[in-house]
Amino acid sequence: MTLDEVLAALFPSGHDVKRGPHGTANGTAKVAGHDDVAVIGIVDGTPLSVDGALVLSGHVLDLVTKGGTGALVVLVDTSSQNMARRDELLGLNEFLAHLSKCLTLAAAEGHSTIGVLYGHAAAGAFISTALSTQVLAALPGAFPSVMDLPSIARVTKLPLETLTELARNTPIFAPGLDPLFATGAVTEKWELATLQEQLVNALARKPAGLTDQRDTIGLERKGRLQARAIAMRVVEEAASHA
Amino acid sequence: MSDLVDLVNHDYYEASARDRIAGVLDPGSFHEFLGAENRTISPHLAQFNLTGAFDDGLIIGAGRLDGQPVYIAAQEGRFMGGAFGEIHGAKLVGLLRAASANAKSKGIKAVLLLLDTGGVRLQEANAGELAISEAVHAIVEARLAGVPVLALVGGRSGAFGGGGIVTAYCSRIIVSDHGRIGVSGPEVIETNKGVEEFDAKDKGLVWRVTGGRTRAMMGGADCFVRGRVKNFRAAAIAQISVAPQFALATLVAEQKRLAERLQSYGDCRDAPEIWRKAGIADPASIADASEEVFASMPRLKEAAHDAR
Repeated sequence: MTLDEVLAALFPSGHDVKRGPHGTANGTAKVAGHDDVAVIGIVDGTPLSVDGALVLSGHVLDLVTKGGTGALVVLVDTSSQNMARRDELLGLNEFLAHLSKCLTLAAAEGHSTIGVLYGHAAAGAFISTALSTQVLAALPGAFPSVMDLPSIARVTKLPLETLTELARNTPIFAPGLDPLFATGAVTEKWELATLQEQLVNALARKPAGLTDQRDTIGLERKGRLQARAIAMRVVEEAASHA
Repeated sequence: MSDLVDLVNHDYYEASARDRIAGVLDPGSFHEFLGAENRTISPHLAQFNLTGAFDDGLIIGAGRLDGQPVYIAAQEGRFMGGAFGEIHGAKLVGLLRAASANAKSKGIKAVLLLLDTGGVRLQEANAGELAISEAVHAIVEARLAGVPVLALVGGRSGAFGGGGIVTAYCSRIIVSDHGRIGVSGPEVIETNKGVEEFDAKDKGLVWRVTGGRTRAMMGGADCFVRGRVKNFRAAAIAQISVAPQFALATLVAEQKRLAERLQSYGDCRDAPEIWRKAGIADPASIADASEEVFASMPRLKEAAHDAR
């Protein structure tokens, strides 16, 4: 899907979202029955660079500085983080973490943050955008991943055919929407025909502060069976330690 | 073996995760959570014909630092490159959640993260990626509960991939010469973009782009230490009291400093170009100086900040 198609389907009541520099987008949109929502995005499959991340974190901080509890929609169609010597030299890890921290701060300050993944998102760019929102909705055709199978094959030194076969039986490493839905990364799958309605529903539920339910969701969907139990055992042991 | 060697004078780079913990904390104060007797082995490695570890490459627990109660986690860089898998990651997430839960009741003064990781463990990539996202979320909760989270980076694997993001989420970052920090590793960039973009075999270049010196010079790390375990211990004690709060003002200041970094050095592709622009007379001296000399050299003015 193109950005324009997504915007038209999500915000039929109108919006002024425009493309900005470095593959970013931002603006505001009208949602029937709700206050206007702020919109930012990394779009058109653009790799997330130090420059793009800084533009986006600036928008998020503007929203938090302005105050109130208006919702923020984060549109995501990126490839991965920008793989370049210059970005690494300049401290890309700080720029990505900063963007992610700003999104988490917005949630902590009462802004509902809703990620809408309509294209690709991989690796560090996935963590610092889509995975930094309270609710992550994926549209048909969304393709989240950590690493593509050929790269995993190279690192694990397993034939691609073997990996492809393994990926059929477990969602634990395979790229794509279904495995990441099963493990709890993607909160909801939205259908094109009812996009606006699903956005309205998500806004009405008003996601709660910093509560992180993804390990519970991953367990319920049988995609990540151990994470929740392990984290809880640690919390319990720590509680009983003097 | 731990009691037979002088742990505080141990070389941090060479030390195991357990020895790093033993040497950083007050002697004998470490209490492990979910220790090896629990046999929390990764359930995913066997299908790749890999042998697991009882602690899944992460050791966590409570201890004392200069008499104060702290939580600590150390990645074992020699097991799967310290990479985040499901169990490994969940242990870290649990520890960080415990820090916010017990901030007041147990007076937890800090969480120390001894990172030594290439990032996500690809054999369980989705679980690893999610664990990193959950961990950074839990870092924010700990910081909001008033518990500073410190990153200590000086191991074989550095802090790459999601590990680089975890590092920059922390309140303060302590590095040694070996403390390479980044997102995409040099090999990954070379594989994807070609040797002209990044020659991963050029160790000098790799060090100048990702190494602890460059991070410390520019403010990507807050404290450069010489490579003994005792140096990391002393720095951790000192950094707790100067750790910034997680708040809007902190992030606004971070936005400003990162924007200034881009403005000043955004067209540089190697560290000496930055040093030259910053007015350092002999740019090569940064890489050439001994560890001892570098430790006492002045940093760029941008490095003095509490905006993290």
